[in-house]
Amino acid sequence: MKVEDVPQDAKFFKGTVVSDMCYAVDENGNYQAVMSKGWDVKADALQTVLDDVEEQCEPIRQQVLRHEVSPLAYHMEKNLMDIDMLADNSGIAKRKVKKHMEYDEFQKLDQETLENYAYTLRITVDELKTVPEK
Amino acid sequence: MELDFIHKPAGHCENGVTANMFRFYGFDLPEPLIFGIAYGMFFSHIPFVKLAGLPVSSFRTFPGALFSRATSTLGFKTTTERFLVEENAMKKLDKKLAEGVPVGCVVGMYYLPYMPIEYRFPFNGHNICIVGHDEATDMYTVSDPNCTEKVTISRKDLMKVRFTKGGTYPLFGQMYWIDKAPKELPDLKPIVLKSIEKNCWFMTSEPSVIPYFGCNGIDYLAKQIPTWKDKLGERKAALNLAQIIRMLEEIGTGGAGFRFMYGAYLQMASQITGENQFKEFAQRITAIGDNWRTFAADAATIFKRRKDACTYDHVAAQIAEIGKLERQFYADLMKVAKAAR
Repeated sequence: MKVEDVPQDAKFFKGTVVSDMCYAVDENGNYQAVMSKGWDVKADALQTVLDDVEEQCEPIRQQVLRHEVSPLAYHMEKNLMDIDMLADNSGIAKRKVKKHMEYDEFQKLDQETLENYAYTLRITVDELKTVPEK
Repeated sequence: MELDFIHKPAGHCENGVTANMFRFYGFDLPEPLIFGIAYGMFFSHIPFVKLAGLPVSSFRTFPGALFSRATSTLGFKTTTERFLVEENAMKKLDKKLAEGVPVGCVVGMYYLPYMPIEYRFPFNGHNICIVGHDEATDMYTVSDPNCTEKVTISRKDLMKVRFTKGGTYPLFGQMYWIDKAPKELPDLKPIVLKSIEKNCWFMTSEPSVIPYFGCNGIDYLAKQIPTWKDKLGERKAALNLAQIIRMLEEIGTGGAGFRFMYGAYLQMASQITGENQFKEFAQRITAIGDNWRTFAADAATIFKRRKDACTYDHVAAQIAEIGKLERQFYADLMKVAKAAR
């Protein structure tokens, strides 16, 4: 890869301090370290995976609207966790996490537990209580 | 309290932390040199190890190996510790910082507050270096090689990233630091030649009955790709391919990137050892890196479902070709490195 070919396709890194660094050859054939803002091919790969997650979440979102499962089930899937990881990272027993996947059980949760789940999933409590309208 | 620590971004997290730590102790070594000396280039495609349900490929050596190989070869004394109790892990960190020692930590990506939201994947195996602690606000200063400048993280978040559960790799708050730096670096010439030989050996020596590692792994991946569509269906096959590209190009793994980094290393190796042929090898591995990038761009046409999409057979053939080129490359390079010793 030549220095001038190092991609600068800013997308996910935009507005963050995160950046890629590439090694590329200059006009004399010597390697240089060059900062890169991102590459479309890479961003497309990531977007493909994220779109798939979104698709997997849609039926769960519908279930939440019909009060069949709790919003926690939706946000767990959306934020790439499973019951084991959610239980381990929140410190809440797996048995209880499973129970909180039920719509009615979830409505009884106290503020502290909601905050714990929200922190574990990196969302706000308000986001946790609902699902997007779409 | 913040250490007088110069932060420089790097292509890869573990090299970057190691390079930044070396600089702190007065040895300004470029990242590719550290990567090369630690013979970090590798390939593995292990279909039964899964990350979020997709097979894991890696283009580098095992986490932790780079730091321990680079430091022990160059004569640094180091310590690595793991913890069962989170509070102890933080206390030990505070103690080392108070002694004026920058501390490397292996962390999970998911809870890093400064990462873009799209990058919050349950990937455990990122490396950062803690270089300061503000007692008043309880914020820690972090040198993360993926960032252009130093960043901060709260105590709560730091504890969380050091003990993120699930994902690829159990964390146990793993931390490492340099106890003692050598007065001066050893003669690099024999070290460089040996490291090149070792890296070639790692890429080519695996018996063909174990198909997952080294050049065998590349051939194996080439054979697997055409079977995905029938075996897994359109959607899962496209996802698998996208996953390879992410592993190839993403933070923490960077495949083509490592080939270029090794090219840079071979140029330095040529200067250090006086062996001019390494320059030609640098050009060869650069061409191979370019092939990896072409493969990535072609593969993207498949998972983006473009009208003029390439076929799975086409990208598989590209990988098979890369496998052949890499195998020949390491075999030839090994001969030259051996002869120069």
